[in-house]
Amino acid sequence: MKTLLVLAWRNIWRNKRRTWITAASIFFAVVLSTLMVSIQKGAWDRMEESVVNYYFGYIQIHAKGYWNDRSIDLAFAETDSLRAIPERVPGVETTVPRLESFALAARGDNTTGVMVVGIDPEREHLMTRLKDRIVAGSYFADGEAAALIAEGVAERLGLSLGDTIILLSQGYHGVNAAGKYPVKGLVHFGSPELNKQMVYLPLPVAQYFYGAEGLITSIALKVEDKDEVPEVLEVLRSSLDTTRYEVMDWHEMMPELVEARAVDTAGNYLMLLILYLIVSFGIFGTILMMTAERSYEFGVLVAIGMKRLQLSVEVWLEILFIAFLGTFLGFLASFPVVYWFHTHPIDFTGNKEMAETYARFGFEPIFPAAFEPFVFLSQAMVVFVITTILALYPFWKIGRLKPVEAMRH
Amino acid sequence: MIILKATGLTKVYNPDTVPVHALRGVDLEVHEGEFTAIVGPSGSGKTTLLNIIGGLDRPDEGKVWINGTDISTLSENRLIDFRRDNIGFVFQSYNLIPVLTARENAEFVMLLQGRPKAERMARTGQLLQEVGLGDKMDYRPTQLSGGQQQRVAVARALAPKPRFILADEPTANLDSVSTRNLLDIMARLNEEENVTFLFSTHDQRVIERARRVITLEDGKIVSDETFDR
Repeated sequence: MKTLLVLAWRNIWRNKRRTWITAASIFFAVVLSTLMVSIQKGAWDRMEESVVNYYFGYIQIHAKGYWNDRSIDLAFAETDSLRAIPERVPGVETTVPRLESFALAARGDNTTGVMVVGIDPEREHLMTRLKDRIVAGSYFADGEAAALIAEGVAERLGLSLGDTIILLSQGYHGVNAAGKYPVKGLVHFGSPELNKQMVYLPLPVAQYFYGAEGLITSIALKVEDKDEVPEVLEVLRSSLDTTRYEVMDWHEMMPELVEARAVDTAGNYLMLLILYLIVSFGIFGTILMMTAERSYEFGVLVAIGMKRLQLSVEVWLEILFIAFLGTFLGFLASFPVVYWFHTHPIDFTGNKEMAETYARFGFEPIFPAAFEPFVFLSQAMVVFVITTILALYPFWKIGRLKPVEAMRH
Repeated sequence: MIILKATGLTKVYNPDTVPVHALRGVDLEVHEGEFTAIVGPSGSGKTTLLNIIGGLDRPDEGKVWINGTDISTLSENRLIDFRRDNIGFVFQSYNLIPVLTARENAEFVMLLQGRPKAERMARTGQLLQEVGLGDKMDYRPTQLSGGQQQRVAVARALAPKPRFILADEPTANLDSVSTRNLLDIMARLNEEENVTFLFSTHDQRVIERARRVITLEDGKIVSDETFDR
């Protein structure tokens, strides 16, 4: 085996042009597949982040049964014990109380359905950076009865800063909820879905509006690391009274999002499979060319006493070395390429038609590339394995080789 | 001592379409130390005979014994090993490995045999000196003339110390000076190291140096003459 390794290593550097052509096909395969997977992943991560991180949070606590009914009648008080969760439960950075319900928003003759959310401005900002997403106007000052509305709501109702938004709803235990509030700020959401329905009020104002003094409908949790969500969930479920409260992670709260990602990912796998097929043909083409142009050499080697298996393994090792070279270089080159797309996302917001199409699917038409070591490593590995398998072709070719005929070429 | 024996060798190409009878029952015996030429016109079966004797091709009928081993009964892998350890080949078009230097080409079979590096270096160094290429050991085939390449091929054939050398038209692509040099080398190795040479040729200069000349026509031996040279 050592002899074959030495021979293989020597051979690849004796025909540098052939080596670099083969390595280049592998190199481009790694860069392309890494970029494609990074963009697919990045787009969904952004989508999740815009929905989960910017609003829902990875975990929420509600009164038992709330998430199914979304009834404000299932509001509850934020007790000291609930307030102390960040201190009690490792991995929880902060908690954000909210009072949420649907309402009819109006201005003049224009109406639209909105989600009116009462928030604690300071704690809300800690989790969702709401203050940073104000694109016009300003954030809540203490105790004022004003509203922050999403851009899409403002657009639909024709509202601008200083205008009054009228809200109508059914409050806690059927009380009539009606109020009018000056628009203090416009908020931009990455998620088109949130962008067309969010209206924020300070928590006491919302509690008054809904007639739910001192009550909230959910507590959203900001976790230190999203990978720790399962552990945090387990601790909360074991420490809270589950006959009164339900603790849900975002997968349970938004199964449609999870499902959409799964469906899209399946579609992407198909695309990826097509890409792998294309790159496989590219790599196979170079292996085919290499094998064909060396049939004379193979014939001589078998004639003078090299076993077919030895020769096949030697050629396989050559391709393996080249595959390693191409994969490694592709792996390295992917970093700056993907990083560029990470910091300069593909942006279709300028194309109104395309932006609307994506919005219909709940997507913001911006596609950054995810910059994750796992993607680089996995794609390099996939292409390396593909090449390793394609490199078995010479076994077949050499197995069928007739030295006398091969030496005539 | 008989080093090679062939009986009833028959080979037909394209038996189902346009049959070509390359060999028609050839019987042959070669003794150790012979310097034998197989001659005949193109298409007479010379190359086919050498390929079958060398185990590169299989006969349709007949058997070949080398040193008492019936090579027609050997499996593919054992035949390759047998060829590697017992037969040296010199081909008409040199058939050197283009990416290897003269020395690496010469030592290749020894490398496959797992011989130690020191032994390989000593043996190939000595052989390349003997064939007049001591100063060109690190040259690749493309940097050598046809005659020099064929001398490397002879060194490669001799390096593992085979029982005999099969040479298929070894001088066909060489000029007269290179032919004479090559023949001198082969004759010297034959006389000094008792290496058996069996070569096919229709080059008169080669025929004149052979001590035994076997003539093939239409796949049959039509004459077998011995000369005292």
